[in-house]
Amino acid sequence: MDFDLTEDRQMLSDSLNRFLADKYPVEHRTKVAYAEPYHDPALWDGIAELGALFALASEDKGGFGGSGFDISVVFEAMGRVICPEPVLGALLASRILSHTDADQEALLSGAVRYAVGLGEIEAPYDLSFIKTEAQKSGDGYTVTGRKSAVYGGQAAEVILVAAKLDGKLAVLSVKAADADVTGYGMMDGGGAAEVLLDGTPAELVLADAEAAIQDAVNAGIVALCSEAVGAMEVLHAMTVDYLKQRKQFGRAIGSFQALQHRAVDMLTEIEQSRSIVIKAASELNGEDATKFCAMAKNLIGRAGRLVAEEAIQMHGGIAMTWEYPGSHYAKRIIMIDAQLGDTDYQLAKVASAA
Amino acid sequence: MDLTFTDEENAFRQEVRDFFRENLPKEISDAVKNGGELTKEHMERYHAILNEKGWLASTWPEEYGGPGWTPVQRHIFDEESCRAYAPRIVPFGLNMLGPVLQKFGTQEQKDYYLPRILNGDDWWCQGYSEPGAGSDLASLKTRAVRDGDHYVINGQKTWTTLGQHADWIFCLCRTDPDVKQQEGISFILVDLKTPGIEMRPIKLIEGGHEVNEVFFTDVRVPVENLVGKENQGWTIAKYLLTHERTGIAGVGASMQSLEEVKALARKTMRSGKPLIEDPLFAARIAQVEVDLEAMKITNLRMLFKAQKQGAPGAETSILKIKGTVINQELKDLARRALGPSAAPFPGHITDGNLALAPASEANNAARYFNNRKTSIFGGSNEIQRNILSKAVLEL
Ligand SMILES: Cc1cc2nc3c(=O)[nH]c(=O)nc-3n(C[C@H](O)[C@H](O)[C@H](O)COP(=O)(O)OP(=O)(O)OC[C@H]3O[C@@H](n4cnc5c(N)ncnc54)[C@H](O)[C@@H]3O)c2cc1C
Repeated sequence: MDFDLTEDRQMLSDSLNRFLADKYPVEHRTKVAYAEPYHDPALWDGIAELGALFALASEDKGGFGGSGFDISVVFEAMGRVICPEPVLGALLASRILSHTDADQEALLSGAVRYAVGLGEIEAPYDLSFIKTEAQKSGDGYTVTGRKSAVYGGQAAEVILVAAKLDGKLAVLSVKAADADVTGYGMMDGGGAAEVLLDGTPAELVLADAEAAIQDAVNAGIVALCSEAVGAMEVLHAMTVDYLKQRKQFGRAIGSFQALQHRAVDMLTEIEQSRSIVIKAASELNGEDATKFCAMAKNLIGRAGRLVAEEAIQMHGGIAMTWEYPGSHYAKRIIMIDAQLGDTDYQLAKVASAA
Repeated sequence: MDLTFTDEENAFRQEVRDFFRENLPKEISDAVKNGGELTKEHMERYHAILNEKGWLASTWPEEYGGPGWTPVQRHIFDEESCRAYAPRIVPFGLNMLGPVLQKFGTQEQKDYYLPRILNGDDWWCQGYSEPGAGSDLASLKTRAVRDGDHYVINGQKTWTTLGQHADWIFCLCRTDPDVKQQEGISFILVDLKTPGIEMRPIKLIEGGHEVNEVFFTDVRVPVENLVGKENQGWTIAKYLLTHERTGIAGVGASMQSLEEVKALARKTMRSGKPLIEDPLFAARIAQVEVDLEAMKITNLRMLFKAQKQGAPGAETSILKIKGTVINQELKDLARRALGPSAAPFPGHITDGNLALAPASEANNAARYFNNRKTSIFGGSNEIQRNILSKAVLEL
């Protein structure tokens, strides 16, 4: 057993952390995360140049990684600066395309930005209930329906969408320029889009895509959970720092046991979070991936709420402000719960898998 | 023991309900329902509507223009106003300064300020907290130095709620730096038009503007604006805090939130079924409902006790702690129920056809984040626990 990163991953982690710490000071992050196009295209290129996207795919698909730990390293680094770059879209897309023979060079080099439209307003998590439909039309296909909260969709050139084709879940590829895409910023920064498809021309990526989609969702869960762990650690460190600095009643508020124990409870939950993410990452390419990813997302949902709410509470008013960096970490950590299946949805999945 | 409302109380409830139906402008109730920021005009108009009926200053004695309600009537009013999506009353003049002036003010102060509060001539804000003095309010540093028939004020207040609309601010200032902290504080009324005052907005976590910082540089205030005696400010502040606690359980608001969460869960689809049929989510709702049902009674029990004793006791801190937790839990459920549809930043989707949720729900994430404030302000829930363990448990 060895809980250290391999040398390659450690190098990727170091260079990515350095780059992001340098380029994404929180003022810059807040500026770009909340104004169109809700990310920084120059820094997207920078992240791609570091090879972060190649780390998301396996060697036989043109990348140099693709394991749960590779994904985890990239997203934890992003979580530490709450980076709004649409890397999740690239991961989900690469993961789906890896079930085909498609060439991923343009995707993994960052030259073409991808987003993946899975959920819909009435079926955000459980995709068996989506309504979007694909149809054969001449040589190609068309898609009709609405994909909602497509993360990174505001900045994507290609959108892969989940649609029903002959009653089965399929994935089709749509050019953003051919669809009706409305981008917007999110509560926690970064962008998404509503994608309206109305007989929109599409290319078939995978006809029987249920397993591929689940695999992509699992990878996305490892990514989001890793991002959450990175963000939680930073927010916890800020909180502990503040407990030491802030004085009331002539002493550091961190000297009050009522707060000390709660800061420790946060630490415990973060350690548990890290462990479940390690477990999920190690199982990602195995048979029980879905169960362990569901476990990770459930635990992160619970721990995230505790960490975000306690961080705000123990800071007092200051953490209620936009200006204080911690508030943005708290928002990101909370909003992760609604991506790719929330705490309750995942708990039910764990229960039914057992 | 009898938990039923009397016939008179039921008739009163009907009267309040009818009143809101007939007199509350839809524009205002829609603004409340949609959770956006109410404008100054909305709030002034609402206050005027209540004032005309004689219901505005619900905690004031009749001699000052209050309606003379019992605690139960106030409770019924609170429930019905939430049910009707009426705004919360802006508390600073009505529920804070009013009772202070009635108890500590001179006859001139009462005659001048109280009618102006009722008529909406002056919008008041509360200048207590400072960057270095939050929970430890008594450590405040803003100085007021006597100079002839003026005080000269220097310092900074912060977190001043709705200060951007205000005409006046009531401040706690240090008038004697050489005595025990609590004994050198005075309660002073300051006209915000006085030269030397600067107000700057603070943007909150969800993007809204409801609090401000206020800077004082050589601000000259007539000595007549002192309330009570010089250096008696802490006594007044403590008195005011007990008044700040009426309605602090937020029972009416939580009842309304519970209905909203249920309605949301009934129409939100998850895995082909309404979310309310998901046993996990249904259990979450039921759990809060149990707590809220108990809180209604806890609240009434404490209101009754306060009425008998003449003043709320330290145990009302329980209302603050549990009341805010219940409300925050409901806001959390509303955000969860919406799921990814709560993701868009409020106001970013301008085309109504594209909205992921109706306006009354789209702000649920923003409301959840904003509502975290309730366990921080008005004496944080930690401070309330300190009060309970000292004053009630004598630990
Ligand atoms: C949205 C909002 C609106 C507000 N409106 C107003 C207003 O209109 N006017 C006004 O004057 N003020 C207002 N306040 C200020 C509010 O009253 C203070 O935020 C509050 O008193 C807490 O002070 P603080 O923020 O400085 O936190 P701190 O006092 O620094 O507290 C930080 C943390 O330490 C904890 N803590 C402190 N002391 C102890 C202790 N002895 N034991 C255990 N834990 C402790 C606190 O509970 C908190 O968790 C507002 C605040 C907010 C957020």
